[in-house]
Amino acid sequence: MKGILGTKVGMTQVWRDERLVPVTVVLAGPCPVVQRKTGERDGYDAVQLGWDDVPAKRLTKPALGHFEANGVAPQRHLVELRDFAPEEDAVTVSIFEGGETIDVTGTSKGRGTAGTMKRWGFGGLPATHGTKKKHRAVGSIGTGKTPGRVYKGRKMAGRTGARPVTTVGLEVVEVRPDDNLLLIKGAVPGANGSLVVVKGSARKGGA
Amino acid sequence: MKYNKGAILRSIEQPFLRDDVPEFDTGDTIRVDYKVVEGNRSRIQSFEGVVIARKNGKGARSTVTVRKVSFGEGVERVFPLSSPLIDGIEVVRRGRTRRAKLYYLRELRGKASRLKVDVRRQEEDRAAARTARDAKKAQAAADADAAAKAEEEAAAAEAAEADAAEAVAGSEPAEAETTDEDAKES
Repeated sequence: MKGILGTKVGMTQVWRDERLVPVTVVLAGPCPVVQRKTGERDGYDAVQLGWDDVPAKRLTKPALGHFEANGVAPQRHLVELRDFAPEEDAVTVSIFEGGETIDVTGTSKGRGTAGTMKRWGFGGLPATHGTKKKHRAVGSIGTGKTPGRVYKGRKMAGRTGARPVTTVGLEVVEVRPDDNLLLIKGAVPGANGSLVVVKGSARKGGA
Repeated sequence: MKYNKGAILRSIEQPFLRDDVPEFDTGDTIRVDYKVVEGNRSRIQSFEGVVIARKNGKGARSTVTVRKVSFGEGVERVFPLSSPLIDGIEVVRRGRTRRAKLYYLRELRGKASRLKVDVRRQEEDRAAARTARDAKKAQAAADADAAAKAEEEAAAAEAAEADAAEAVAGSEPAEAETTDEDAKES
């Protein structure tokens, strides 16, 4: 699946005819092809893309060796995209065009330790009828003597966010090859300035 | 990746910015002429009321909340100021306020909900309108003058050209003489 790496710039709005469309602006590419993997050698077909030049002193020697072996300047991010074989040595936003359906992967904003209402969408306890200082509590986490324990995988409070999230079926509103910009309808996971992977959609309508 | 977020977002919003929105603030009464599409027919609907809030900065995302009381019922509309559906905005009255957001007007009825007229700003408006009108008049006069002058000049130039043509025809031998003399002298 074709794809590109980029940085989430922020959100704004554009007018499409007489309708206001919310867009996320993504600064993407050109992403150098660092490595190409083939079925016979690696067992699967993929391309390894880099994004964001970084000074050599910021990387470890093994990482630098990898870039040197492939003749590419050191990159901050490396992402592998399966079943994608770009012809050029660098992928640009031109692989997309307006109206296309895409999936966008990013790292969601970290929420720290969060309760079950925020983390899992639990309803909490009643607001009235004698509830005392327990309005956002979990409630019961199990039954009784049988089974006599809490089941594994019980949804509870804990570290929330800062995990990979893919938003599926977004629309490319506009591609600006001159500025390496993608305008994507709606919101995209992650904070402004974070890495996002834009791919052709796995869903219907995707390439 | 180094980039200028503000510059990128501005470059995207810039084409949508309208330069025909007059300067106004909360407390002013404005009339917004808004295009309304009904089926395949479009007409212009005016909404006149007090500006109770301006939001989202000065860019293409800025909006204005206009409130009016229609048949005893408060009506508020939020207009995106960069909307292509806005046909025009006109300031009807300048109001004096001590708040940036006039949400308290929602609680008030009748006489209590009136705002004091900001006489100073309204006078400034009038003066600006006067100078604009005068400037326009002066410009029109200047244009007319320039046009007349241009015409005169064109006529003069034509005449001169004709003269020159005659002169060239008449003076050619004379010129030849002078050059000969010059050559001798040198």
